Amino acid sequence: MAHSYTPGLKVLKKTLFRKERILPLKGEVLVKKGDSLSPDTVVASTNLPGNVQMLKVNNILNIEPSDVIDCLVVKEGDDVKKGDMIAETPGIFGMFKSSVESPVDGTIESISEATGRVVVREAPIPVEVDAYVSGSVDEVIEKEGIILKSDAAFIQGIFGIAGEKRGSLELVSKNANEELTAEQINDSMAGKILIGGSFLSLEAYKKAMKCNVAGIVVGGFNYYDLKAVLGYDLGVAITGTEKLPTALIVTEGYGSIPMSDATFNLLKENNGNDASVNGATQIRAGVIRPEIVIPVQGSTMDEDSVSKEPEGIQEGSTVRVIRSPNFGKIGKVTALPSELNKMESETMVRVAEIDIDGVKTLIPRANLEMVELQ
Amino acid sequence: MSKKIKSILATDCGSTTTKAILIEWKDDRYRLTFRGEAPTTVEAPFEDVTKGVLNAVMEVEELSGRTILDGDKIITPDNGSKGVDIYVSTSSAGGGLQMMVAGVVKSMSGESAERAALGAGSIVMDVLASNDGRLPHEKITRIRQLRPDMILLSGGTDGGTTTHVMELAEILAAANPRPRLGQNYKLPVIYAGNNKAQDSIRETLGEISDLDIVDNIRPVLEQENLEPSRDKIHDLFMEHVMAQAPGYKKLMSWTDAPIMPTPGAVGSLIEMIAKKEKISVVGVDIGGATTDIFSVFEEKFNRTVSANLGMSYSICNVLAESGLDNVLRWVPFDIDRSELTNRIGNKMIRPTTVPQSLEELVIEQAIAREALRLSFIQHKAFATSLKGVQSERTISDAFEQSSSGQSLVNMMDLDLLVGSGGVLSHAPRRQQSARMLIDAFMPEGITQLAVDSIFMMPQLGVLANIDKDDLKDDASQAALEVFDNDCLIRLGTCVTPVGKAKPGSKMADVSMTFKDGSTKQIEILEGSLEMLEVPYEEVQVSIKPSRGIDVGAGKGESLESVIFGGVVGLIFDGRNRPITLSTDSSERIESLLNWSNSVDEYPKGDLF
Repeated sequence: MAHSYTPGLKVLKKTLFRKERILPLKGEVLVKKGDSLSPDTVVASTNLPGNVQMLKVNNILNIEPSDVIDCLVVKEGDDVKKGDMIAETPGIFGMFKSSVESPVDGTIESISEATGRVVVREAPIPVEVDAYVSGSVDEVIEKEGIILKSDAAFIQGIFGIAGEKRGSLELVSKNANEELTAEQINDSMAGKILIGGSFLSLEAYKKAMKCNVAGIVVGGFNYYDLKAVLGYDLGVAITGTEKLPTALIVTEGYGSIPMSDATFNLLKENNGNDASVNGATQIRAGVIRPEIVIPVQGSTMDEDSVSKEPEGIQEGSTVRVIRSPNFGKIGKVTALPSELNKMESETMVRVAEIDIDGVKTLIPRANLEMVELQ
Repeated sequence: MSKKIKSILATDCGSTTTKAILIEWKDDRYRLTFRGEAPTTVEAPFEDVTKGVLNAVMEVEELSGRTILDGDKIITPDNGSKGVDIYVSTSSAGGGLQMMVAGVVKSMSGESAERAALGAGSIVMDVLASNDGRLPHEKITRIRQLRPDMILLSGGTDGGTTTHVMELAEILAAANPRPRLGQNYKLPVIYAGNNKAQDSIRETLGEISDLDIVDNIRPVLEQENLEPSRDKIHDLFMEHVMAQAPGYKKLMSWTDAPIMPTPGAVGSLIEMIAKKEKISVVGVDIGGATTDIFSVFEEKFNRTVSANLGMSYSICNVLAESGLDNVLRWVPFDIDRSELTNRIGNKMIRPTTVPQSLEELVIEQAIAREALRLSFIQHKAFATSLKGVQSERTISDAFEQSSSGQSLVNMMDLDLLVGSGGVLSHAPRRQQSARMLIDAFMPEGITQLAVDSIFMMPQLGVLANIDKDDLKDDASQAALEVFDNDCLIRLGTCVTPVGKAKPGSKMADVSMTFKDGSTKQIEILEGSLEMLEVPYEEVQVSIKPSRGIDVGAGKGESLESVIFGGVVGLIFDGRNRPITLSTDSSERIESLLNWSNSVDEYPKGDLF
């Protein structure tokens, strides 16, 4: 029988980090397999079709849609500049003419006799994809992009906001239980990724944005403070497109929760190193968690030795409680009884017996998360 | 009686779990005999839906001792000890069917197109309309961003003006939308608008899309013709969308009937039940991300999807839309508000957790009440008579405010309310499910309550839709019998008198005669909630409402009826409508505790 467990968030000291860097539409790949990459290297580029302007020529000229074709001075495929004439009525004895001009630079895409509309498409919009993390090209996906590989330390958060950022790590909180306060943040931290402990207040986050800090990694943040940052209530955990100067990566959850020692210590060890972070989160099918990637220089790791499947909860596993009561506490599994147990809520669930600070407690297995250590 | 179908295997491939059920002909009727489940395998690393199906079927095999599979093939027909006669399946894996619809007037053809798409079981990502207030380029950007599986375009009455619907077609053409799944096929577009525009539509959209033309969805203003569009959506769902999803081609080759989108199958079952029993039905499925509501009133079927009202992934959106105060009004104890929002936020980011403490359970069920209430408000606003229809008004109508587009949902007419989804189906006590349904939907008069214990309505729905001549009678009999005997857990009946009454005053006298001949009388008092334990059996009732109070026969009119008990029993709800809670915290908590205790909703202890 399958047993339920929550694969924990990854905290990996050294792993082979692989990432797809793909264009939104097919285009050109600018690097080849084996090329070394810095985070800013452009790996692929393309042009998105330009915006479309629809001109109601018949309305502007006050004629029937079927008559539009006779008044046009352009044809499908013509390039036009802003202000170029598109259509003109003959007027009366060459007088009292009315005309339509192109509102933008672009190309005449289509002309409709049915509705009298002319479609002008603006110039294509160039799009580039960079490498995001330093490493090398592992695989080229023709016309779409690449798969990057990098030997790196890799940490997943539980929730984040704002997209990709990069900078060097700077340890601010002395330990995992310490709050990262506004007073600790200053202008010298611009472009850095700050490491906090248990909590970041709204005031501190605002200060960080003001100081152009690139990112903050911290244990907890208040859910209700998100509204003040985003301008709206966050109803579903789908983020990453927020235009914010400072990415936020929360490793434990909402509220004040000490960062797990494994995460904090790994970040601390890498203090001063360059890192790439991404706050994008999607908690739906095809889950995406926010991430911190810290490339490790000069590693000679064997590729196969580092890929690791998440294991189920076993006796002896270190786990974290992810729902009240005991939320955020870490303990060791001492027993996994197979029968269903009745909780205080009368919910019948499969449980694990956990030793938390020397006290044995029964917790639903669904409310536990593996703490993966490498 | 010999049956052509002796055994049926049915699966539902959900986005996380694939569920299999085995139905067998036993003792002269069809019964659900075994069920199994396994994780769905549409996404990496498996990327083949049939693996999850086989795993779920293997569990059925283990439990039943019956051999159904030969390697990875389903053995048909049933030869006594091996195989099954038919195999059917539904699917909502990979996000289900996601559509965009377009109509000329948002509240007319736009709404009809939306009704057709929802009825077919899709999620409607957006409704484009000529009068939706967006500029053409904004519409184009939106179409490109959304990448739907399919587009339904409607607009105009047959023979009427074609300009507006053509404008919409041109916007679609300019956007040149690409389908969500698969890079190498054209996006299916269904045109169900003015028949006069069909040729021009072919010219505009024929090249860039996979165009299908069906009968107009609103051939005249006064008539809605959803069937051709709904059928075409089902066909295309199979041919295009499903064919792109990993493993579905194989799965399609196994089934004896087309695979249906899960909500489409549920809807068609509810429609069939309502028709057969001649009753009004509301069904609700509250999931982690969305809440689906199905209703049949006045023989008209409607479905709505509240895309961001759910109990885990979108739990914070329930909080955002209803407001914290509306959630907290159902909680009979004081709680730190900021801590509560953090707790709810943590449920959103760790959606699979379960309430361990009673306090957590009460909060979760308070949120469920609000999610259901908001979804039902959306449903009532959508399930209306046709808008834009002119009706003749006589002098007697002159003082009535009624107009076209009125909601069809009339709670006094509702006969059966069915709930499904984790928070309702798996509540530790059935009284909790009954309370959530009553508090959120606020039924009036006499209403039977039920929950679908393991959500097998999808499988029964697709079974009821089998249209092979030699099988369809047995298949629909099986669907109805299993629905009656095994699918629903009958909670009981709620009796609610409504009308102006003073607090604590008598609203109705109820006389009951039970199956064993014994009788009982009770009074329903304003503001009270009482429960009587009665199993699922007939109870003769005579209800005499007080003056100005209605229980279904009109104000002050007595009502004789037969009602049914259930695992909860009979609930007499004197809380009037809408249910209002005192703004005074201690009064509110006292009422909540009284109501909970009178129906034995939660275990006695520190909180209750």
